[in-house]
Amino acid sequence: MTIWQPVLLTLELASLTTAILLLIGTPIAWWLARSGAWWKEAVATVVALPLVLPPTVLGFYLLMLLGPQGPGGWLASLWGARSLAFTFEGLVIGSVLYSMPFVVQPIRNAFEATGDRPWEAAATLRASPLDAFFTVAVPLARRGFLTGAVLGFAHTMGEFGVVLMIGGNIPGKTKVLSVAIYDYVETLQWTEAHLLAGGMLVFSFTVILAMMMLEKRIGRDRT
Amino acid sequence: MKTLLLSAVLLLSVTPAALAGETNVAVAANFTEPAKEIAKAFEAKTGHKAVLSFGATGQFYAQIRQEAPFTVFLAADDETPRKAVEAGLAVADSRFTYAIGRLVLWSREAGEVGGEDTLRQGGFEKIAIANPALAPYGAAAVQAMKKMGVYDALQPKIVQGNTIAQTFQFVDTGNAEVGFVALSQVIAKNQGSYWPVPDLLHDPIRQDAVLLKKGAGDEAARAFLAFLKGPEAAAVIAKYGYGAAVAN
Repeated sequence: MTIWQPVLLTLELASLTTAILLLIGTPIAWWLARSGAWWKEAVATVVALPLVLPPTVLGFYLLMLLGPQGPGGWLASLWGARSLAFTFEGLVIGSVLYSMPFVVQPIRNAFEATGDRPWEAAATLRASPLDAFFTVAVPLARRGFLTGAVLGFAHTMGEFGVVLMIGGNIPGKTKVLSVAIYDYVETLQWTEAHLLAGGMLVFSFTVILAMMMLEKRIGRDRT
Repeated sequence: MKTLLLSAVLLLSVTPAALAGETNVAVAANFTEPAKEIAKAFEAKTGHKAVLSFGATGQFYAQIRQEAPFTVFLAADDETPRKAVEAGLAVADSRFTYAIGRLVLWSREAGEVGGEDTLRQGGFEKIAIANPALAPYGAAAVQAMKKMGVYDALQPKIVQGNTIAQTFQFVDTGNAEVGFVALSQVIAKNQGSYWPVPDLLHDPIRQDAVLLKKGAGDEAARAFLAFLKGPEAAAVIAKYGYGAAVAN
C-alpha cells in the first residue's frame, strides 16, 4: 500500500462531501434563516447534533441504516449490491451527515446577518426571488459560504470514528487518512505515521490561517 | 462494637490476602466472553477485582509501550507477549499459553456456510476478516485462504474489521454475509452456520498471557494469572471452544 493512496482518497471524499453539502446545505440554511415556522429550531437542532454526538453514535446508526436491513441496503440493491457499508458511497453519506453543521451554520448566520432590507430592495426592483437569491443574497453571504466550505472540507478530512465503524478499511475505497495513521501507529510504523500526521497538522494549520486572512480581506472589501 | 472493630483490624492485619486489590487486564477481543466469566469467578473466589479492557492485540502492545496502566496482558497470539518480554515491558518467566484459538468461517444465516465450498464458490458480496496486521485471527484467515488457493479470487470482497470483535459485528449486522471469526464468538452467539477451518491451513493461534512490568509487584495481577492456569478457568476456556495448551 502506498502512503499516497489514503491521502488522495481522503481529498476525494472531502471534496465530494463539501460539494454535496453546499448544494443541500444552502437551501436548509436559507430556510433556517428566513422561515418563521415554529418547528424551525427543532430542525436546526437536528442539523447541529453531530457537533455533540460521539462519532460512534453516528457510526452505529449508519451501520444499521446502510446495512441490508436498512434503507441503504434497499438503495444498494438498485445496483445489485447488498449494503452501503464498506463502500465509498457509504462514506460520502456518513460524511455529509457528520459535517453538515459545519457548513449549514456559517451560511445560516451569513443569511441572517444580511437582514431583510437588501432582499426587499431587490423585490421592489422586480427581481424574481431566484434571481434575487443568486445576485443579492449569495454574494452578500459569501463569507459564510467560504467559511462553511472550508470547515466542512477540513472536518471531513479528519473524520475517524464514523469511518472506522462503517468503512471496513479497504485500501483505495474506504481506507482514509485518519484510519491509515491509526494503522501505522498500531503496527509501530512510526515513520509513515509521522509523515501523515505531520502533513495533516501542517494542512490544518494552513487551512485555518488562510481562512482567517481571506476573512479579513473580504471584510475589508465589504465597506 | 469496640471488640468488633478490634477483631476486624486484627483480621485484616493477619490476612493481607483478604485485602482485595483491583488490577487492570488487557484482553484480546476474541477472548471477551470467556474473560468476563473467568473474572467473575476469580472475584468470587479471591475477592480481587480484575478490570477488563478489550481490544486488538497490536493496539494494546502499542499502548503498553507507551506506559498504559495494564498489569496483565492476554494476547491473541504468542508473538506479541514474546516481544513484550524482549522489550523489557513484561516479566520474563511469566509467559504461558492460556488457550489455542480456533478459526471458523461464520454466517448469521443458517445454511449459508456449508464448508470450504462456500469459499471456493464465493457466492457472497463481502467477506469480513480482522485486520491481518493487527489481529492474529486475521493473519490466520489470510493464511488459510492462501493455502486453499482462493485468496486472489476473494481479495476484492474482503472487508477488514479493526478487531475480531468488529469483524464479528460486520457479519452479525449482515453488512458482510460471511466472515472469519473465533469459534468462541460463534458459541456465545449460538446462531447461524459455520465451518471450522482445519488447523493445518494455518499456524496454530497460540494465545499467550504475560505479567506486565507494571504488575510485577501487584498481588491481584499474579493471583489472576494463577487463576487463569487453574481448573475453573480451564473449564470456561474449553466451554468456549478453545483448545487447551498442551505444553508450555
